Amino acid sequence: YCCSYAPEEIIWAAGALPVRMFGTNENIHLADTHLQSYCCSLVRGILEEALDKSLDFVDGVILPHTCDSFQRLSDIWRLNIPEQFHLDVVLPVKIDTPSAKKYMADVLEKFRKDLGRVLGKDITQAMLARSVKTYNKIRALVSKLYEIRCANPQIISGADYHAVIKAAMIMDRDQYLKILTQIVKQLKKATPRKTRAEAKRLVLSGSVCTHPDIYGIIEKAGGVIVWDDLCTGYRYFEGQMNEKIAPLKAITARYLKRVICPAKHMELRGRGENLIRLVKQSKAQGVVFLLLKFCDPHAFDYPYLKEMLEAEKIPFMLLDMEAELPSAGQLQTRFETFIQIL
Amino acid sequence: MKKAISEFFKMVLIFLVGKFKKFTLRFKKTKTMKDYMMVYYSQAKSARLTGKKVAWITSGGPVEPLIAMDVIPVYPENHGAMIGASKMGGHLCELAENMGYSADLCSYARSDISCATVNGGPIGGLPKPDMLVCCNNICGTVLKWYEVQARYFNVPLFIMDTPFCHTEYTKEMGRYVRAQFDEYFVFLEKACGRKFDFDKLKEVGHLSHQGQLLWQAVLDTATHKPSPMSAFDAFYHLALIVTLRGTKDVIDYYTWLVGYMKDRIARGIGAVPNEKYRLLWDNIPIWHRTRWLSEKFASHDACLVADTYTTAWCGALKYVDENNFIDSAAEAHARIYLNIGVDQMAKMVIEMIDKYDVDGFVLHSNRSCKPYSFGQLDIQKIVERERGIPCLMLEADMTDERSFSESQISTRIDAYMEIIKERKDKK
Ligand code: SF4
Ligand code: SF4
Repeated sequence: YCCSYAPEEIIWAAGALPVRMFGTNENIHLADTHLQSYCCSLVRGILEEALDKSLDFVDGVILPHTCDSFQRLSDIWRLNIPEQFHLDVVLPVKIDTPSAKKYMADVLEKFRKDLGRVLGKDITQAMLARSVKTYNKIRALVSKLYEIRCANPQIISGADYHAVIKAAMIMDRDQYLKILTQIVKQLKKATPRKTRAEAKRLVLSGSVCTHPDIYGIIEKAGGVIVWDDLCTGYRYFEGQMNEKIAPLKAITARYLKRVICPAKHMELRGRGENLIRLVKQSKAQGVVFLLLKFCDPHAFDYPYLKEMLEAEKIPFMLLDMEAELPSAGQLQTRFETFIQIL
Repeated sequence: MKKAISEFFKMVLIFLVGKFKKFTLRFKKTKTMKDYMMVYYSQAKSARLTGKKVAWITSGGPVEPLIAMDVIPVYPENHGAMIGASKMGGHLCELAENMGYSADLCSYARSDISCATVNGGPIGGLPKPDMLVCCNNICGTVLKWYEVQARYFNVPLFIMDTPFCHTEYTKEMGRYVRAQFDEYFVFLEKACGRKFDFDKLKEVGHLSHQGQLLWQAVLDTATHKPSPMSAFDAFYHLALIVTLRGTKDVIDYYTWLVGYMKDRIARGIGAVPNEKYRLLWDNIPIWHRTRWLSEKFASHDACLVADTYTTAWCGALKYVDENNFIDSAAEAHARIYLNIGVDQMAKMVIEMIDKYDVDGFVLHSNRSCKPYSFGQLDIQKIVERERGIPCLMLEADMTDERSFSESQISTRIDAYMEIIKERKDKK
């Protein structure tokens, strides 16, 4: 599956393992015969993996509706890889009206039935309730991890931190929960190594961080990521589901309440307000925008986010990412220049 | 203050010019497209004087309720096409880029966003909106674009969310879109300060449906050999069904146009003097090069007889029940050409290939429009497999003329036409 709007609580409830696809940046050639040059590297990378059979181990693919590029990815996938089951989850795009809320509930219920059908089982309330509990626990622990690291950025390196976060979207969720509990317990006890107390605190904002090296490079440049506004980051973890109501209702409610991705519509300035709140809460000194080239939803939001940050006098820098990043050395210099002004 | 006064006088002037034009038009037998557009834009631009409200709306949006409430609809996309045709797109796009908008975003959106701040472009900018109506049945770009404008103008925004129909239009979607029509009526009541006029809507819905049927009839004349019109003519005449859908003017004009085309057929006049090869066009026109392209193809005795773009304004007709406008409009808006799966698009392309009996398929891979362009390579493969006709893909942008390479495109068209000729002559 892709996208933090894929209702993976339902997938996990069905006894299937939800594995998030991040795409590859290497050796793209098959996808180029289906997608023109002006498509984002995420969609291209995912299609490449689908076509070169590296995703042959999955039984099916679940594609929620996101942006224009993603919606065509779904079509191209369906037409070219017929062996796997293929479910589109056509979520509402605006989520702040009564009809949209109703539709969101309808779509998730439809997905529950569709998934049950392709897997040949009935996904019951009890199964959903168990999954909701697991996800709540994982999300609460990851939030805890965010807080620990925010208070003590040196306690765990950026690269390790990123690995722990990414694993939440790939590993067997029960096993992950066990390991995560251990990690958080240990980190709570650990005394922070105060090596570079002067490191500048930064928030990372964007869609998907497909380049974990960035964390390390920023640290070398004298900064540290203390929070993020990424769809493979905090946007995915935030928000708990109410365990006292019907599970599907609880799942729906969380998707309606969470901070939106820019391909969805809620309030006109909601994302900007959220970003400023994150910066303040995490006592960050600056923001790094990590935008994928050709990503329309994020590119449309950038100017107004930028304006709101300017009004708040929060410094920021923009890193436009192509499939291939500039060399680590170059990047480090760019970050250093930015960090010096903080 | 001085600026406000001069603005006011400008508006009065525009208003008077429009009135005068409308008056003189009464005596003119065949009104041209230019006449209609001039009256339309002058009315829209002087709306403040006449106390009418102005709504900006996306091209695939439900305009009929606006007309029923006497709100003047304005289409930034049509404006974008005008900007493109007058070769002002590059400059306006550059302005938007300076504002922080990436050069990879849709050039309609880029030029409109910057145009609003400088009142540039061929008609000195669009009239300020009192409300915005955005229907995402064409793309997700319009959602983001209208959000930008809603922040800029600080006016209410209504979003008609039409879920994408990859393979099906589910009953859940039906309920959702239908419910939004009710929300839309409430939105308009609030914005206009009076009750929604359902009787008028019926009437407008009827006119809109008739207009679309007539537009289809216009396009159908191109099935004749030689074709009395080309896709380039369709691009030109399209403006009315886009901007004035639901009014009587559309009916008058297209009734005349159908007659005109039929007359050309009767007299054996073709759009291309020596039509030997017939082609189908895909995607939005390259507005800044329509004349050049048209002459280029004509020089090879080739006529682009039809296209998937102008057909979109009547492509969902099969879902419309004119006696039940609201319910059927929900489905028709959700199932337009750009809101369906690639395989269904390919199917419609193949139907057009058969209907217009074309020898080749030309695809404009349009950097601006991702939902229209991604999937084209698959459509091309399907067409080649199913119908075996040669296809040509041209890389360009509809309004941003900066990246257009005339010599390269010219060479590619020449080479492509050689293939077409060879195949046809063999037959
Ligand atoms: S939202 Fe952006 S990054 Fe994500 S798939 Fe769409 S274009 Fe690519
Ligand atoms: S992305 Fe395509 S459909 Fe959307 S506004 Fe631009 S040209 Fe039109």
